[in-house]
Amino acid sequence: MQSEKQSNSLTRQILQSVSDASLVPFLAILTAVVVGGVIIKLVGGDPILAYRGLIQGSFGSTKALSETAVWATPYIFAGLAVALAFKGGLFNIGAEGQLAVGAVASSLVGYALPEWLGYDLPIVIHLPLAIIFGVLMGGIWASIVGALKAYTGGHEVINTIMMNYIALNTTSFLLNGVMKDRSPTNVIARTPLIADSARIPPIFDGLRVHWGFVLALLVAFLIWWLLNKTTLGFQIRTVGLNPDAAKYAGINVKRIIILTMALSGMLAGMAGTIEVTGLNYRHELGFSIGYGYDAIAIALLGKSHPLGVVLAAFLFAAMRNGATRMQFLTQMPVDLISMIQAFILLFVAADAIVRYIYRIKAKGERVVLTRGWGG
Amino acid sequence: MAKKPVSSEVKTPIVLEAKEITKQFPGVLANDSVDFDLRKGEIHALLGENGAGKSTLMNLIYGLHHPDKGEIIVNGKTVAIHSPNDSIAAGIGMVHQHFMLIPVFTVAENVMLGDEITKRGSLDRATVAARINEISKQYGLDVDPNAIVGDLPVGLQQRVEIVKTLYRNAEIVILDEPTAVLTPQEAEDLFRIMRDLTGRGVSIIFITHKLKEVLAVADRITVMRAGRVVNTVVPAETNEAQLANMMVGRQVILTVEKKDHAASGDILKVDGLSVRDQRGLETVHNVSFTVRGGEVLGIAGVQGNGQTELSEALTGLREPHGGNVFIDGQDLTSKPPRIITAAGLAHIPEDRQRHGLVMSYTVADNMALCDYYRPPFSNRGVIQQKALDENARKLISAFDVRTPSPFVNAGKLSGGNQQKVIVARELSRSNVKLVIANQPTRGLDVGSIEYIHSEIIKMRDRGVAVLLISAELDEIMALSDRIAVMYRGQIVAIVETKKTTREQLGLWMAGAHAETA
Ligand SMILES: Nc1ncnc2c1ncn2[C@@H]1O[C@H](COP(=O)(O)OP(=O)(O)OP(=O)(O)O)[C@@H](O)[C@H]1O
Ligand SMILES: [Mg+2]
Repeated sequence: MQSEKQSNSLTRQILQSVSDASLVPFLAILTAVVVGGVIIKLVGGDPILAYRGLIQGSFGSTKALSETAVWATPYIFAGLAVALAFKGGLFNIGAEGQLAVGAVASSLVGYALPEWLGYDLPIVIHLPLAIIFGVLMGGIWASIVGALKAYTGGHEVINTIMMNYIALNTTSFLLNGVMKDRSPTNVIARTPLIADSARIPPIFDGLRVHWGFVLALLVAFLIWWLLNKTTLGFQIRTVGLNPDAAKYAGINVKRIIILTMALSGMLAGMAGTIEVTGLNYRHELGFSIGYGYDAIAIALLGKSHPLGVVLAAFLFAAMRNGATRMQFLTQMPVDLISMIQAFILLFVAADAIVRYIYRIKAKGERVVLTRGWGG
Repeated sequence: MAKKPVSSEVKTPIVLEAKEITKQFPGVLANDSVDFDLRKGEIHALLGENGAGKSTLMNLIYGLHHPDKGEIIVNGKTVAIHSPNDSIAAGIGMVHQHFMLIPVFTVAENVMLGDEITKRGSLDRATVAARINEISKQYGLDVDPNAIVGDLPVGLQQRVEIVKTLYRNAEIVILDEPTAVLTPQEAEDLFRIMRDLTGRGVSIIFITHKLKEVLAVADRITVMRAGRVVNTVVPAETNEAQLANMMVGRQVILTVEKKDHAASGDILKVDGLSVRDQRGLETVHNVSFTVRGGEVLGIAGVQGNGQTELSEALTGLREPHGGNVFIDGQDLTSKPPRIITAAGLAHIPEDRQRHGLVMSYTVADNMALCDYYRPPFSNRGVIQQKALDENARKLISAFDVRTPSPFVNAGKLSGGNQQKVIVARELSRSNVKLVIANQPTRGLDVGSIEYIHSEIIKMRDRGVAVLLISAELDEIMALSDRIAVMYRGQIVAIVETKKTTREQLGLWMAGAHAETA
């Protein structure tokens, strides 16, 4: 009870709200790590050693750090995609499909454009083109769902899932057909390598981390700025929080819904594009399995705040990346990591559990189920 | 208003006592060492300005918040109330200022929610329905257990809330501003129910801003101001003016001062307007009227006679399916809100939480909700936070909004202060030619009503056209130059205020137009 007594100073209030926002995710991670440790112990492993392996594998060397950043790059873009949609009151489950169409589009531009033109392009033209095409495809793909929502009321959750099926099966069809790498040794569904002029250069020689990582951080900042400092962001947030009030305020709600979906899809498309142009230099069926779904977890863990998304993306990247080292040291299967991630998500989503364990009182407004007298 | 029964001289025992209750919210001392008691079988009214701390005190008693200091005593025993479960167990029930019902559930499902009776693992709706019928009969609270709550009018939804408390055997019932949205008839019904309940030994805490109601139904009246109890009085020894004075701490002018004012040309012209509601039923039929600059046209009528749809159609929130709307000569039929606002409309919406505010936005952001895209609030698509904050500070002091700072979320303000945020935003816009005010003072205290009324009259005196829609006949009569009566979607009469009476209006509102108009 006494803890609710607070000073009136504004800075205190702001600090308070920051710590309020990050407290639950932080405790959720902590709890998941403890639960994971107990499970390791139960199956006869050494939790300390396992976690040490995890940390070594993700942060223990320049190479490990570089690989963590490589993992984090698409996670940041895809996490931002889901987070932005959340801010606009939309649940974009379709990042996976938007990412795939983005990857297909940019790899096509990457390998086919020089052939088609008959001459090589300079990197300053070819690379931006490859990226832009991927981003646009992701945006167009998602805005179809936005338009369905705005004009027919069709729910975006159902429609993004449907669009995922279409995207993934179309991709498979293309990668096994017209876009297949025809080199004699190839048997798998993948495109040819993209031209050198469509590749994002690495930041350091000998390490895989590329400038796409820096771009991801920049874009995260940009999205924060867009959401919080621009009139467009104001519109997106207003529609997300109260579409009736948005309409009253003169906002074109339908337009904003489509635009929000488009922007979200562009970010997801970027996640696919960045893997093609920065890392794999081609699109291969199945490279991204699960990025689009991890993105939902990342957005939730990051409370849809761009900085939160970046941090959550790093955490997920570190866990994925360090898992191999952990397995090597302790013979604990890599799947354990997925389990811990699932626990984190569970504790964030059902935050009542965390609040109960740590005896944190629920802050914020009560849920008003129906609106009654306007007093 | 019915006469209250002669209160018995014998003092019944105290069933609930709150002692030295203190509650600090960030920036506000909402309750400051409050003492309050409730006797068995009495109606104890709680009066006070917006933000005085009435809802807070009730929430503390009900266990929704926890006091920093103080104790709560029920039937002589100190009780520890950690959550509504504890207060329900202690026999306390609460009907909130904002409903807590699930609209898609039936009455029976809502009533049993949180206290479900099951039979072999499935909900025992029959038993619950029987209990509800029993309670209905016993207290004269007519409700159909199988009706879907969302389909019921507000008055009935409220009854469901009351049944819900009785279903849990409440002996102490808290009613937080129950009459704010009721029609006069529904309010009368509620008072009858309240008396029935007290007759059976239930004790009631009744919060309201309407002084007439308090004098008519309360046994005792406690007045709060700025988190403290000012005084407790009995109705026989007080009057409206004195109560108002106690609440606000100064003299309140209960009548509106309004000079004669010459109206100019037509500003709002409504021509043959027909509107359908969301179910597709036509609720406004072929309505025509005009409002001139410098006049207030009041629309009187029992709620639910098409006023909501009419105002939504005029403000761009709903598309009419016939007729035209002109503002200052410009055809604005079916235009979106942004364009109508730009043409000079200021709109105080009926449902402040649904349309008027984004509850999780700050007061400052809410005060620029309709103008965020224009200079000085934005510059090439970038929000100018400084301008927003400055605007908020100006409006907060000009309109006396009680908030710890412009950066508090609107949802944290008391109901009345939320309304002031909207009024301040709308009336302060620079190019206003027409004000459409729908229930502008619902839930406001007398001081704020006085203020908003004087602001509306000021707009009129500046030559602005005002369309006032209100369920309060007193408000309509006090502010309007002309009055239009709406009945079943039609304007059945338009008269000059001076040339009519309350009784005449009452007859028209009840549908007696064929003979007279
Ligand atoms: N959850 C909350 N967090 C912060 N401040 C709050 C909260 N609830 C209420 N307050 C503040 O406490 C004060 C008292 O509010 P309360 O709702 O009790 O007023 P009230 O007397 O019911 O007013 P009204 O007649 O307008 O409903 C107000 O200044 C309000 O802003
Ligand atoms: Mg209140």
